[in-house]
Amino acid sequence: MENRNNRAWLYLLPAIAFLGVFMVYPLFDVLIYSVEEKFNFASQTFTGYGLYNYRYVLRDPYFLQAVKNTFILVIITVPLSTGLALLISLGLNSIKPLRKLYQTVFFLPYVTNTLAVGLVFMILFKKTAYSDGLINLLINAFGGQSVDFIDGPYWAKMLVMCLYTVWVVMPFKILILTSALASVNQDYYNAARVDGTSRWRIFTRITLPMISPMIFYLVITGFIGAFKAYSDEVAIFGTDLNVAGMNTIVGYVYDMLYGNSGGYPSYASAAALILFVIVFTITVINLMISRKNTL
Amino acid sequence: MKVVLQHLTKKFPSRNKKGEDVIAVNDFDFEIPDGKLIGLLGPSGCGKSTTLNLISGLEKPTEGKILFGEDDVTALPPENRGVGLVFQNYALYPHMTVRQNILFPLQNLKGKDRPSKEEMEAKALEAARLVQIDKLMERKPGEMSGGQQQRVAIARALVKRPRVLLLDEPLSNLDARLRLQTREEIRRIQRETGITTIFVTHDQEEAMSISDMIVVMKDGVVQQIGKPQDVYDSPVNRFVAEFLGTPPINVFEGEVEGGQLLIGGESVLSVPGAPDGAVYAAVRPEGFQLDEAGAFSCALRQIEVMGRDTSIVFEHPARVSANLRAIIPSEDRPSGSPEHVRFRLKSAKVFLFDHTTQERIPFDAEA
Repeated sequence: MENRNNRAWLYLLPAIAFLGVFMVYPLFDVLIYSVEEKFNFASQTFTGYGLYNYRYVLRDPYFLQAVKNTFILVIITVPLSTGLALLISLGLNSIKPLRKLYQTVFFLPYVTNTLAVGLVFMILFKKTAYSDGLINLLINAFGGQSVDFIDGPYWAKMLVMCLYTVWVVMPFKILILTSALASVNQDYYNAARVDGTSRWRIFTRITLPMISPMIFYLVITGFIGAFKAYSDEVAIFGTDLNVAGMNTIVGYVYDMLYGNSGGYPSYASAAALILFVIVFTITVINLMISRKNTL
Repeated sequence: MKVVLQHLTKKFPSRNKKGEDVIAVNDFDFEIPDGKLIGLLGPSGCGKSTTLNLISGLEKPTEGKILFGEDDVTALPPENRGVGLVFQNYALYPHMTVRQNILFPLQNLKGKDRPSKEEMEAKALEAARLVQIDKLMERKPGEMSGGQQQRVAIARALVKRPRVLLLDEPLSNLDARLRLQTREEIRRIQRETGITTIFVTHDQEEAMSISDMIVVMKDGVVQQIGKPQDVYDSPVNRFVAEFLGTPPINVFEGEVEGGQLLIGGESVLSVPGAPDGAVYAAVRPEGFQLDEAGAFSCALRQIEVMGRDTSIVFEHPARVSANLRAIIPSEDRPSGSPEHVRFRLKSAKVFLFDHTTQERIPFDAEA
């Protein structure tokens, strides 16, 4: 028995070693960095332990802007992308001809590089000396004023950001939801038809509950993904996100480590831990709601 | 409510390259009398489930008409036909309790047809009492046995008081003991409600035991309709004879010569009135009678004593069916294990079928 236990630990050793070195140790390291006050990266010295770094980060207007941006992004894009994905999946599920073609078209953004998609959005939205961009041409055609979506007002930039995020995250959700819808046994729908159930009632009382585990999965991973947004912002607004006013929490962490004002691992660690607490709390709430509502 | 099927035909577009339509149901013409329990019987792929779907309205017929009483329902969608349908896998909504499942069809009703909440509850409870699951109203389907789920499915189909109740393979997902119990249950519920009920099965024993009438189908074509015992005693063709009965009927190559049936060259039975020629001779297992002076001799393979009855497995050179088996009362069984046994054939249990058309050839049974 003793022998078998030792063997088991031996088999687990590679995984434990890698996880320990690259996951567990850095996690504790981040925690320690975040409470070391006045840490100097070059000399590796600090004055003492305390919560100063947290106080600094929470008072930093750039951080507060990043938190605000992240929350707006999360609150708008997660429900919107999930809802749209559900609508598109229902549509895909109820057509026969061209279904494969449409599935491929809707899945394309998933396999396209973030920066390539960013370039497309630039062409659509960016206002340059030579052109106002395709979207502005459309707005002009309907008699509106050109808007600078990339360097203009905050709401315009946020609009582009949200559109971009929704567009990028939707394919995966469509993929998951179409397969979830296809896996609902046709007999349930036949039974509902024989009983004269209206289409709306079939959707709310049968389809939705049947695919609810998948919807909860998408909402939870969607929340986590949106809170960790960063590269999409860079793809559209460039690396200096603080100047553009479009920074996110992860972007702030990156800037504190490597950006123009970089070299502050303590602030970065504190910000990262704050993000961790936010994501953790929201995920726990999500899980609690989903437990209550699934079978 | 009587159900009339007039020249009902359903063709499905072919999936192969030849482009021939698949005819699932071919010219089904039958009037199901009011308040009866009808078994649609046949091997898988014979069109019995399609027939059920046509009656429920889930499929539209290619040709023909369906009438409930005097109403032509051919063009009506399922919800306006007033049918209750019990699916093979029950199709109970897994996220709803038994009560919610049974209430579901009632809650779909709109306008003046919609009963009040109290009426709905009362109706659901009444349906649940009928199938004896009123103690399990708050359970979810996943927490119940197959037999209980079956009852819930029947209650859900009955709660709207359908004009016709349709059951698709109602017993196939149950174990052997529960199957016996549930088929009695279906019979009782049908008697109590008096609703015309049609059920589909591939199990002939199931169909024979509870149906008022059975319809035997093969390849979309109705072979024979009648009371179970009549169909068993007087099959119209070789398929029906072979499909009904456990153990199955024994089929031999035979020949009729001058009013005598010859099996393997031996004259075994006089069949007055049958024309000369090659035939298939089919003998029910209970049609053999052990007799030292019997005309039919065969090589004994095995004797299986099953309590009241004894089954004799034997071999014969003119054999067509896979196994040959006679059932005789245990007290008549041969002593020891002789190499050969002789039987006398009971002419009421012997059927002759044409060699090419497989149709029954009538003959005058001996007194």
